[in-house]
Amino acid sequence: MAENEFDAIVVGSGISGGWAAKELCEKGLKVIMLERGKNVEHVKDYVNAIKGPWEFAHRGTRTQKMIEEYPVLKRDYPLNEKNLDWWASDKDCPYTEIKRFDWFRGYQVGGRSLLWGRQSYRIGDIDFEANAKEGIAVDWPIRYKDIKPWYDYVERFAGISGSKEGLPQLPDGEFLPPMELNCVEKDVAARIKKHYGGSRHLIIGRAAHVTAPIEGRGICQYRNKCWLGCPFGAYFSTQSSTLPAAVKTGNLTLRPHSIVTQVLYDKDTKKATGVEVLDAETNQTYVYKAKVIFLNASTINTTWILMNSATDIWPEGLGSSSGELGHNLMDHHLGVRASGWVEGYEDKYYFGRRANGFYIPRFRNLFGDKRNYLRGFGYQGRASRESWSREIAEYSIGAEFKEALTEPGRWTIGMGGFGEILPYHENKVTLDKTKTDKWGLNVVAIDCELKENELNMRKDMLTDGMEMLEAAGVKDVSGYDGDGTPGRGIHEMGTARMGRDPKTSVLNKWNQMWDAKNVYVTDGSFMTSAACQNPSLTYMAFTARAADHAVSELKKMNL
Amino acid sequence: MINRRDALTRVSLILGGTIIGAEAFLTGCKPAAPALSTIEFTDNNVSFLDEVGETILPTTASSPGAKAAEIGAFMKIMVTDCYEADDQKIFLEGIGQLNEEAKTAAGKDFMLLSAEEKKELLISLDAAAKTHEESKEEGAKSHYFTMMKQLTLWGYFSSEIGATQALRYVETPGRYDGCAPYEKGQKAWAL
Repeated sequence: MAENEFDAIVVGSGISGGWAAKELCEKGLKVIMLERGKNVEHVKDYVNAIKGPWEFAHRGTRTQKMIEEYPVLKRDYPLNEKNLDWWASDKDCPYTEIKRFDWFRGYQVGGRSLLWGRQSYRIGDIDFEANAKEGIAVDWPIRYKDIKPWYDYVERFAGISGSKEGLPQLPDGEFLPPMELNCVEKDVAARIKKHYGGSRHLIIGRAAHVTAPIEGRGICQYRNKCWLGCPFGAYFSTQSSTLPAAVKTGNLTLRPHSIVTQVLYDKDTKKATGVEVLDAETNQTYVYKAKVIFLNASTINTTWILMNSATDIWPEGLGSSSGELGHNLMDHHLGVRASGWVEGYEDKYYFGRRANGFYIPRFRNLFGDKRNYLRGFGYQGRASRESWSREIAEYSIGAEFKEALTEPGRWTIGMGGFGEILPYHENKVTLDKTKTDKWGLNVVAIDCELKENELNMRKDMLTDGMEMLEAAGVKDVSGYDGDGTPGRGIHEMGTARMGRDPKTSVLNKWNQMWDAKNVYVTDGSFMTSAACQNPSLTYMAFTARAADHAVSELKKMNL
Repeated sequence: MINRRDALTRVSLILGGTIIGAEAFLTGCKPAAPALSTIEFTDNNVSFLDEVGETILPTTASSPGAKAAEIGAFMKIMVTDCYEADDQKIFLEGIGQLNEEAKTAAGKDFMLLSAEEKKELLISLDAAAKTHEESKEEGAKSHYFTMMKQLTLWGYFSSEIGATQALRYVETPGRYDGCAPYEKGQKAWAL
């Protein structure tokens, strides 16, 4: 094998790329995983993971210099002092916002698997059937039974803690022991269940934290410093989980600083032959060849690579023959919150910092409920006692004030909605040929907005959230409809969707490109609809399934 | 994603719902005025702010106060690096104004007041600041004392002294108990 030739190329090393590399390596393929950013070594490079809060010069918060350097990241919580190194530079990597789209990126080995919220939910037939039933976009080419064994498979390896609930809208999985709701959350859950006759549920979040022994992983220590990297490897990341498995096979080559600029395509064989790489440090160009290519560069970047590929045959890029490449961009819309305080429980507190909260699965437009919009939303939240950042009625200055603040305050509870965004053809990503990044590469232009369906849903999200808390006896419930700008969910999806027909979709039911069958796309871009559940677990399952298919097709000499 | 989305709430709850200097954090796109390049704190300013902080959160039987946590130096860093230019100006001028308030109220520089006089003065300034925050128009700037108090609380309770002595800090809890007994007087968790 020549130095630049492999059996498989995996582009991207985040959640789905890590899975692709592991599966392909374990099946005996020689794999190169290309990552545009720098390397981050497990544990060794988690330089801030064991620091106390006082060891950060600005106690974790942003400086004016950071605000200036990160015009996009500053729009929400990601701009912070503690893990700034793991968020992509807005200045080096600009993009065009035809409409405002907050794009928060992680360019390093592990990608956003180091930074993710770890909430892990399955999507079920209610979601897989929705497009077809409602005449929206195109039908998913598979159903839950096709992906269920793969959810089982990835959950067992990744380690997903959770409780079995038997809910059709949120299929149960192969769970590690669930984390615990605290006593206020348990009580609120019971009151919601009673008030709504068992039709609404508040459950512990299903999260990718190891709560019982898994080989090679540490058990969650309840530090809640996950996004600094976990020295115990207790949450799922490429570094803690899939990368060591891939490395162990001896079949993996990992190449950081590798910006894949295009997939190389042979029009005679109608297959891809490899990829072109721009070395981010040296600006040298390299070619890597392989029999099969997995694109896992994250939704918008995978689409960008495809738009730059095979343009001599399709001006709009590889995968554009359907006219759907770059279209149907989705996210989850966030920003609607409800909160209040809870009477009593003064003699209760918690021990440990649980990096997880509660989840209220979707209840709208299900089981006979019918709203003035399609689909639905879930809530995520938590109950906790107020900290020192509160007013003390009797004191404002001095010893009594200080002593009062050193004790926990009232119990409060708050939650925010995660709503489904429909796949709209006009919500799209295109190439902006008038603007370039640090490496002289054209950037993407994003044109995406919430529409009537989402805006109507947000009204329910607000009133339902407040009503549920009130029904549970929560005091002074307040709610607000905050910033729902697309992108802020950090769940970009849909720009190379799966489907049943090459005329209306980019990928077939195996995540194979209709236009190049040895190219598989298994990051969020394959999503035909968004559901309202956090999507990463679904990427893992589809990736493992696609890798299995790719290897079996290779053996049959079909690729 | 849950925790990440709570990060803001925790600090913004301190006085008035806004983290001064980080408005962009809350409003999304508002362009930030560049920080003053010429801003300079003197050693005297830092000592002065130590005293302001110590008056807000003094040493008590159970834990050292804000001065021990070097609150003046913390305020200097935060105002210099994190505040927008117009907030920096309000804060720096606020040091002088606070001293003028001391002279008006007690006929002496703030640094020469007794602990009790300092406390009395800051209680009245706190009331004035609260009135200002409640009555100001949206987008109008905060009172300098709101800034000083916010930074004092934030800086103290996130300092090593504040987190480990005034509060309880367990680096690696190792387990979670969602229904632990609590007795009045027990300290809150630092995180």
